[in-house]
Amino acid sequence: MSPAAYIFLAVILFAIGGVGVLVRRNAILIFMSVELMLNACNLAFVSFARLHGNLDGQVVAFFVMVVAAAEVVVGLAILMAIYRARRSASVDDANLLKY
Amino acid sequence: MILHVLANAGAGGTNLDPLYSKALFWILAVLAVSAALAMILVRQAVHCALMLAVVMLCLAVFYAMQGAPFLAFVQVIVYTGAVLMLFLFVVMLIGINSAESLKETIIGQRLWALLAGTGLVIFLIVGIGHASIGNAAPQTSANGTDNLTGLAKLIFTTYVFPFEVTSALLITAALGAMVLAHRERTRPKPTQREVARRKIESGQVAPEPPPGVYALHNAVDMPAMLPDGTTTNRSVSAAVAQRDVELGRDPEGNITADLAEQGRIESERQIESGAAGRDEAQ
Repeated sequence: MSPAAYIFLAVILFAIGGVGVLVRRNAILIFMSVELMLNACNLAFVSFARLHGNLDGQVVAFFVMVVAAAEVVVGLAILMAIYRARRSASVDDANLLKY
Repeated sequence: MILHVLANAGAGGTNLDPLYSKALFWILAVLAVSAALAMILVRQAVHCALMLAVVMLCLAVFYAMQGAPFLAFVQVIVYTGAVLMLFLFVVMLIGINSAESLKETIIGQRLWALLAGTGLVIFLIVGIGHASIGNAAPQTSANGTDNLTGLAKLIFTTYVFPFEVTSALLITAALGAMVLAHRERTRPKPTQREVARRKIESGQVAPEPPPGVYALHNAVDMPAMLPDGTTTNRSVSAAVAQRDVELGRDPEGNITADLAEQGRIESERQIESGAAGRDEAQ
């Protein structure tokens, strides 16, 4: 398959992840949607690496994976802290700064 | 099939049969997109995580098909193995029964989100469609003997500074997670003597009865049978009992009977009040 097909697939997956972030109310599910968006970006990076015939895109995808792992660790720890304080993982309940 | 792909995705990228790779691409693309759609539609967090695992495994095969076998393995090991397991642990910790509420808090949010997503897809596809992406360029000699050596050369020469910064980021993230997950102790730790005294005072020294041990079945949703012949729903996890009632899976009417006639047995009520007192004392 040509790299274009992979890039269009990455676009669709990215948009689905974006809709998930907008629609979901549970913070864990929002996190999962963010992961989906990061994965779609990685697919685009790998496709562009193949398109250009070099490996720089793959290196960037590798770094994205590392940063995503760090992000998940910190994000889930924050989520646990919020859940411990408010007994809820819903983003609607974390509203102390709202008013 | 996957092994074949991986074995062929060496230095020269994809030297798969074009028809073969096209068929594999379409099958996996449909699978990935439908799993991603299911991921944002299902209510249960666990189902959501499983759908995400399907998407990630499909992407791993895509990486292998595009001449990135190292990233394919990293995808399976790090993402599907580590990150998703972390997600499942957190789902387990903060409540398996915390299903998504279907009430919209902002009017028309879903509709607008759907419109925004469709608009994003259309704009990106039109924009990328104008870019006239050609066929894959032939792999240059910069790749080294194979994918892994080429990647290693790049990471440890051109990208060595970002690589070092990444290590600082990982250490910071690990420390941050430890700080955030740490709970300050607001009262002194109960000594062994205090714990024992509280347990005796509560009226229940033995642990809670496990589910189904004295009943006819040993499934986790079968309540245990007490010495007087009645069953107790304290032996079943609240999430399991709630799920059984919701699904109408209460074959002998045990849970409903227990819920309806709660407090019928004096001894059980005593134990429960003792347990409540123990909880308050904690």
